[in-house]
Amino acid sequence: MVEFKPVYKPFGERAILVEWPEGIDVVILKDITSFIQKIENNNIESLVEMKHGYNSLLIIYDVFIKDFAKEIQCIDKIYRSKEIIINTETVSWKIPVCYDANFGVDLDLISKEKKLTKEQIIRLHSESVYTVYFIGFLPGFLYLGGLSEKLWLPRKSTPRLQVEKGAVAIGGGQTGVYPNESPGGWNIIGNSPIDFFDVNKKIPCFAKAGDTIVFYPISLQEYKKIKILVDAKVFQLESEVVND
Amino acid sequence: MISVLKSGFYDSIQDFGRFGFQKYGVPYSGVMDQYAASVANVLLGNDINCAVMEMTMTGPILQFNFDTNICVSGADMSPELNGTFIKINECISVSSGDVLSFGALKFGFRCYLAVFGGFKTEIVLRSQSMYKGITDPFVIKKNDVLFFSDAQRLLSKKNASLKVDQSYFNSKYIEVFEGPEFNRLTKLQQNLLFSKSFRISKDNSRMAYQLESYVENDLKPILTSAVLPGTVQLTPSGKLIILMRDCQTTGGYPRILQLKASAINVLAQKFTGQTVCFKCL
Repeated sequence: MVEFKPVYKPFGERAILVEWPEGIDVVILKDITSFIQKIENNNIESLVEMKHGYNSLLIIYDVFIKDFAKEIQCIDKIYRSKEIIINTETVSWKIPVCYDANFGVDLDLISKEKKLTKEQIIRLHSESVYTVYFIGFLPGFLYLGGLSEKLWLPRKSTPRLQVEKGAVAIGGGQTGVYPNESPGGWNIIGNSPIDFFDVNKKIPCFAKAGDTIVFYPISLQEYKKIKILVDAKVFQLESEVVND
Repeated sequence: MISVLKSGFYDSIQDFGRFGFQKYGVPYSGVMDQYAASVANVLLGNDINCAVMEMTMTGPILQFNFDTNICVSGADMSPELNGTFIKINECISVSSGDVLSFGALKFGFRCYLAVFGGFKTEIVLRSQSMYKGITDPFVIKKNDVLFFSDAQRLLSKKNASLKVDQSYFNSKYIEVFEGPEFNRLTKLQQNLLFSKSFRISKDNSRMAYQLESYVENDLKPILTSAVLPGTVQLTPSGKLIILMRDCQTTGGYPRILQLKASAINVLAQKFTGQTVCFKCL
């Protein structure tokens, strides 16, 4: 296993930022998630919560940190501990997406820019396996890695004031699903009828960092059927557990 | 309960925020000025993080149908009970039928109303703080009915006294620490940050305060990483954005400064056109 040398920085009065080398890489992701588990196993009383990005982790305390150097030393000791993390179970989710022109309002533009037919765009988008790196931006917004380079397209220079809930979009080298109506600058290629965030659940997101996602195309009719089931809270997402 | 006869510019119910859900992309939310909200609760003998009503710029008109005690704190919006001015930062007895209204904004920007025992609104993801997409409703509107604790107040008016510090309303200094990307700025840019004063633009809300003066830079964006309330982001166009309580959980702009926790309270009482200066700790 690769040994990283994370860099620790104070972030305000009650948080420590941990940084890995810059890059979007599953090896870094694994290192971050196992570090999170080690910290959780240590039950640090003053710790409120942790959140991470592609190559960073923020550790947030509920008290002001009096001695950053000491706390960093303590955290780094946990990082270096040889404790074996057993729970590496990840889930692969199958997410239906309707790429119908009603939803994929930017398909024409991408088709022109990338010199690809709509069918090619849909195939490229739905044949990749995407890794969930983290959740951020909006409640339930998954940051996914693994978009085919043939589909990389810059964000719009002027963001749309309103992007529909469920919009599946491409922004730079990333793809994602807007879990709720929001402003947004990504190029929209379809829509998913699935709820990515449910406030009524104890864990409001079904996916977690390290899980994988595959999008599969559905027709407008299928979209409507699934939407009814989702709204009635009876739709069962297809998924399988991946052990590594 | 309280009936909302008329709503103000932006009123919502807030406690100290929604903790533990940042990893799902859920903002903290919570009262913008934690000091003022705590004062109101403490003077009533409440827990400091009891849910209060946060009012912005102009206040609502509210009618009580229950005898209770209230306290108004933070910005002075000339509160009146049945047409007679009442003091802020003081425990006030109200009777069923009484009408609380607000007038001219004298100082500050956000005012808090605490009721004995706290407001009793829906708890979503362990917090009552209103936020669009998480709570429904997310803002207080005319004809809304708000419930609060029906515990009988058991105190005399003089139960608590507190020396309330109001000096921060006049201070233009925002105390900050260096942010994770501070060192990517040139010495010149760093000096500029601490020597210039910045006007607050009209784009200021519970989510963020944007400043008017620009800091020219050629910093590259960062790989999306964590941000917090109080994080100061610098955009490629040179705009400074100070994130506030309802901010996103992650961001991609360089984080050049981080406000001291108490400085968020100071900024929360500022409004469009006022100027602030950063003071490095």
